[in-house]
Amino acid sequence: MKLTNRAELVSLREKCRAAAASEKKRILVCTDNGCLASGAMDVYEAFRKELAASGLSWSVELTRDDHDIGLKRSGCHGLCELSVLVRIEPDGCQYFKVKPEDCREIVGTSVKKNGCVERLSHNVNGVPAHRQDEIPFYKKQNRVVLEHCGRIDANSILEYLSVGGYSAFERALFDMTPDEIVRDVNESNLRGRGGGGFKTGRKWEQVKRQASAKKYVVCNGDEGDPGAFMDSSIMGSDPHRMLEGMMIAGLACGSDEAYIYVRAEYPLAVTRLKKAIADAEEHGLLGDSILGSGFSYRIRINRGAGAFVCGEGSALTASIEGKRGMPRTKPPRTVEHGLFDKPTVLNNVETFASVPVIIERGADFYRSIGPENSPGTKTYSLTGNVLNTGLIEVPMGMTLRDVIFDVGGGMRGGTEFKAVQIGGPSGGCLTKDHLDLPMDFDSLKKVGAMVGSGGLVIMDSYTCMVEVARFFMNFTQNESCGKCIPCREGTKRMLAILERIVDGRGEDGDIDLLLEIGDLITHTSLCGLGKSAAGPVVSTIKYFRDEYEAHIKEKRCPAGSCKKLTRISIDPAKCKGCSKCSKVCPVGAVSGKIKEPFAIDVSKCVKCEACVGACPFGAVVKG
Amino acid sequence: MSEASETFDFQDVDEIIGAAGSGPSSIIAILQGIQERFRYIPREVFPRLAERLSISEARIYGVATFYENFSLEPKGKFVIKVCDGTACHVRKSVPILERLRSELGLSKERVTTEDLGFTVETVACLGACALAPALTVNDKVYPAMTPDKASEMLRALKG
Repeated sequence: MKLTNRAELVSLREKCRAAAASEKKRILVCTDNGCLASGAMDVYEAFRKELAASGLSWSVELTRDDHDIGLKRSGCHGLCELSVLVRIEPDGCQYFKVKPEDCREIVGTSVKKNGCVERLSHNVNGVPAHRQDEIPFYKKQNRVVLEHCGRIDANSILEYLSVGGYSAFERALFDMTPDEIVRDVNESNLRGRGGGGFKTGRKWEQVKRQASAKKYVVCNGDEGDPGAFMDSSIMGSDPHRMLEGMMIAGLACGSDEAYIYVRAEYPLAVTRLKKAIADAEEHGLLGDSILGSGFSYRIRINRGAGAFVCGEGSALTASIEGKRGMPRTKPPRTVEHGLFDKPTVLNNVETFASVPVIIERGADFYRSIGPENSPGTKTYSLTGNVLNTGLIEVPMGMTLRDVIFDVGGGMRGGTEFKAVQIGGPSGGCLTKDHLDLPMDFDSLKKVGAMVGSGGLVIMDSYTCMVEVARFFMNFTQNESCGKCIPCREGTKRMLAILERIVDGRGEDGDIDLLLEIGDLITHTSLCGLGKSAAGPVVSTIKYFRDEYEAHIKEKRCPAGSCKKLTRISIDPAKCKGCSKCSKVCPVGAVSGKIKEPFAIDVSKCVKCEACVGACPFGAVVKG
Repeated sequence: MSEASETFDFQDVDEIIGAAGSGPSSIIAILQGIQERFRYIPREVFPRLAERLSISEARIYGVATFYENFSLEPKGKFVIKVCDGTACHVRKSVPILERLRSELGLSKERVTTEDLGFTVETVACLGACALAPALTVNDKVYPAMTPDKASEMLRALKG
């Protein structure tokens, strides 16, 4: 059904709104990556069966407005740790770890009646929290970009319209000039969510100013940082919102063609975006002379092929052009000579997804959230040794303490917080001393870290920081494209030194050498990948120099994580001489007399740790 | 022209080019199509692609070897990708990788079994960080893995 003018769009939106409002119950089954992996489609099918057998009037689509129950395949509900997640609206009952066999009870209790199934609800210290807003994980979040994530069917344009979708685009198209759009984005002080924090409005202004008849809009969905999946969830959970942001960018800058570059490892996002684009075309929201306005716009999808460096602007455009994804020297910048050498607006997924709300609710609304210089919200993927892992959105400027201990629920297994890696391989680590630091672009930069794309990996006292630095350097070295020498050779040298250190072959002077090479790479590399490659090493040396020194001088890993440096010994005070350890040892390294303390022959020990698990008295210790 | 390319059936390749378009910027999409169809990039396709896209074989080879997802060696029927992203790494993904390699007799250098049954490789991040450690088998995600669960999974796949 192709919409040909503004009135038709408004009328369809109203119809969708009414249809959604007429649904007495909405069953939202999360079908984002995490829940799908845990069997969300089985749960969805079980609901279909239950509803079919129930005699209720139900539908999986919004088009039929004569049904009472809507069953939706929604996007991410956030708390992926406890997948599969299901929510019943309008009551707001949030269920966790739902299995197909639970669906009958849910339909009976929450769909036919207005109750909540206690055993599937969240439980805080024995007090069940039924509704989403009663659960600590959600309480301090402020969902602006993720507003519709998990609240609408991620596959349906009609659902998006039912929550007011495409009204920002409609407004921009018919009521605003390009200058006014740019002004609003500028006034909102929206800064690029991809990590750099460059002002989005200024970028748009620069592209708009270019005289070229052909301009491009490109969305960077090449979220390559290991430990980050926010963009994947935005693309997969609310694809139309991002498209709408890209369409507004096209209007503002005078572009008629856009590309989305999606990482190869995100097949779900590609499928959902493809469907969203096809639906938008079918409804006349993309294509020639959209809604009779004279504005034409097309969006294409390019899938990445597995190269982290393609997250860098000029490498990304080279990849879309069908070349090796290698960055080039700047200037000229992408805003002047970008994709196919034309002026190009290049923003990240979350940035585009932030635009509709700015146009719709105004720059003042957006600026009212978070600190003045970094307004708005930021999505993070919260992972690692924290209790609640998943997708979160909090106001910029929230402290690390609030994120980890309130939203994240504290450390997993009650271990001690040690550090958080922020910004992935380009970022740095923050420690206990930074727990009260507000997380925004400028405050983080001051302490040598960066917001980056928004991956937060929480680490406890059992994590070795030297090993973490080695891990990131291994990643960066693998992904270095090889074009410039400092990055190509420098990362290799730094990795070799780090490998030596965790292997117990560290030498005096290694720390200074690492810092020296790091400084060189940072200042002389061609692109962002190289410039930030030394970040994790430099920041771990800054905050955990003693761990490096223990590895190098004492050949000891304080976290007990580096295998080559682990020493397993028996505490004679605790050992009762039961011989369980010697029985499980595969190499005969443990010996002793029954009822007397046993001992480990270090020269035979292969550090398999079998004895550690076998000891009933906790007498076998690592360190 | 080599003997192999005389016997190589180019029908699938031509279909893939037809769907993606024959402009130079389509090359990555075409190689992705070929990789999906053959599970690797057979060397025979390079002259054909060069001819159809009017670009040099060297440039196509350059693209095919630059990107991690393209393989010039045949891959196994089951491609197991063990995630070694940060979140999986701190939740101990390496022992899972080691278990899979040792059970299949593979290593960092030798990634595919003799009978082309299994390929084991690592991936930087699958985006399933909340369910770490994770792995995929032909794009199906297996969440919250352990070495024992990985062994069990192998037994099931071998059937």
